[in-house]
Amino acid sequence: MLVLGIETSCDETGVAVYDSFRGLLAHALHSQVALHDAYGGVVPELASRDHIRRLLPLVREVLRKAGAREADLDAVAYTQGPGLAGALLVGAAVANSFAFGLGIRAIGVHHLEGHLLSPLLEKKAPSFPFVALLVSGGHTQLMRVAGVGDYEMLGETLDDAAGEAFDKIAKLLGLGYPGGPALAELAQEGRSDRFAFPRPMLEQLEKNGDLNFSFSGLKTAVVTLTRTRALDEQTRADVAAAFQEAVADVLVAKSLAAMRTTGLDRLVVAGGVGANVRLRSVLDAAASRGKFSVFYPALEFCTDNGAMIALAGYLRLKADEAARALPLGFTVRPRWDLASVAPPETPG
Amino acid sequence: MNLLAIDTSTDFCSVAASRGEALFSRHERAGQRQAETILGMVDEVLAEAGIEVAQIQGIAYGAGPGSFTGLRIAAGVTQGLALARGIGVIGVGSLLALSEEAGKDAADGRVIACLDAHRGEVYHAAYRRTGAGWEEVSAPGLYRPEAVPVASGGDWTGCGDGFAAYRERLAARLGECVSAIRPEAAPSARAVLRLAIPRFAAGEAKDAATAVPVYLRDKVALKTSER
Repeated sequence: MLVLGIETSCDETGVAVYDSFRGLLAHALHSQVALHDAYGGVVPELASRDHIRRLLPLVREVLRKAGAREADLDAVAYTQGPGLAGALLVGAAVANSFAFGLGIRAIGVHHLEGHLLSPLLEKKAPSFPFVALLVSGGHTQLMRVAGVGDYEMLGETLDDAAGEAFDKIAKLLGLGYPGGPALAELAQEGRSDRFAFPRPMLEQLEKNGDLNFSFSGLKTAVVTLTRTRALDEQTRADVAAAFQEAVADVLVAKSLAAMRTTGLDRLVVAGGVGANVRLRSVLDAAASRGKFSVFYPALEFCTDNGAMIALAGYLRLKADEAARALPLGFTVRPRWDLASVAPPETPG
Repeated sequence: MNLLAIDTSTDFCSVAASRGEALFSRHERAGQRQAETILGMVDEVLAEAGIEVAQIQGIAYGAGPGSFTGLRIAAGVTQGLALARGIGVIGVGSLLALSEEAGKDAADGRVIACLDAHRGEVYHAAYRRTGAGWEEVSAPGLYRPEAVPVASGGDWTGCGDGFAAYRERLAARLGECVSAIRPEAAPSARAVLRLAIPRFAAGEAKDAATAVPVYLRDKVALKTSER
């Protein structure tokens, strides 16, 4: 089965072609980071306007790189939600009408399901069931993943997402937007033990096994500290290092607790923050001590991309005989809870 | 030619198809349901026209101005279908399509087209019929109602929902030159198709990727430096 994947939920236009026999054949991405930079954050209308300009050239590019023609495709998968409504609609409109024009199936995919399943694109892929730590600018969740569409929420953030906290602190330190990756780079020049920031929700974990997260108190602590002292180069680096260490500590502690609670020995880390080098090294160390395996997507598939959508779409279509209908209408779901996603219906 | 046309620039979901000289169309008020409705409507109109998807030779779309989301639905559907079939596309301005739709009843074929652009503004253009086509008297633009260009001469028909939203302010600005208003008139796929047919015949069809909206309102957010 040859599946085209289209991702347009936020500020990245991603397209890929996935082959069920040969794996990922080609992918391409256009990031809008430069476009939104001057606005200090993503402007939804500008994001939609960029997607409609970029999407078709990217589809052509991946088909050419994959050595495939339009008529070779068996299905088109697209991100149906959650995300920015206008941005999602661009992908949904192009995906469904492209499938309609070819007489093939179109399937809407949950964006986070794409992230969750993205390590399955790798050669060293985890088998079900596993615990997934989904950590990005929009989400921070721990899930028990029993199979495609079989997700149990173990814990999630009560306020800011971890990546959002990274971006906000980066902005505070004058690193632009989105500055998460720049903050991680700056942290390498700093000492993580000069400042002691709180590890939010670790007390609750010890008390009652609470696997939820909270990052707003940590953010406030950093803001308060930076107001009281001059931010010379070394201080900025030390603040970045201490902040990153606090986030990594919390993410790792909760992930380990989730492994114990579920009794599973495979952890999948996905989402943009999953690319963080410090988080990966702390997790890898914990894994070798705790005798469990950690699986990451390739760095380029940690952030939003079309490959994970093509893969998730394929896995659903493979299992779901009911999804054979050709598209005659499309909807998007800007707010969509992953735990409400149902497993594919198997014929029976 | 076998042609398909779609327009979702206003509240309507509108689809038309031509097979030779014959025209087929559907035009329904859809509000927020354009995305849910459009492909089903394409399917119905093609069936009525007796055309298979694979037999479509070109697609015309309402390019704007109009509802931003609506314009992207029409552009996105046009891109997807055209890419799948390897056919060309032609964008038709929504204000011109509005004039074509309303113009058959307009006095002397003079139309001032005004769509409600919200935020206290209208999308405005003026056209005069010349034989089978239209002469652009005033190019599409975004204006406050009291600043729209004033047409010369009389007997203009004011068309479009801009005349419902800003009836008095437009009347004060345009005065005697408007002899009638049709605030209920809207662009339609049928009008888009009629305007596109001679252009397809003239070989003006473009690549699918060129199907992007014409918004006219380009300032949609303030940069950090402007706050």
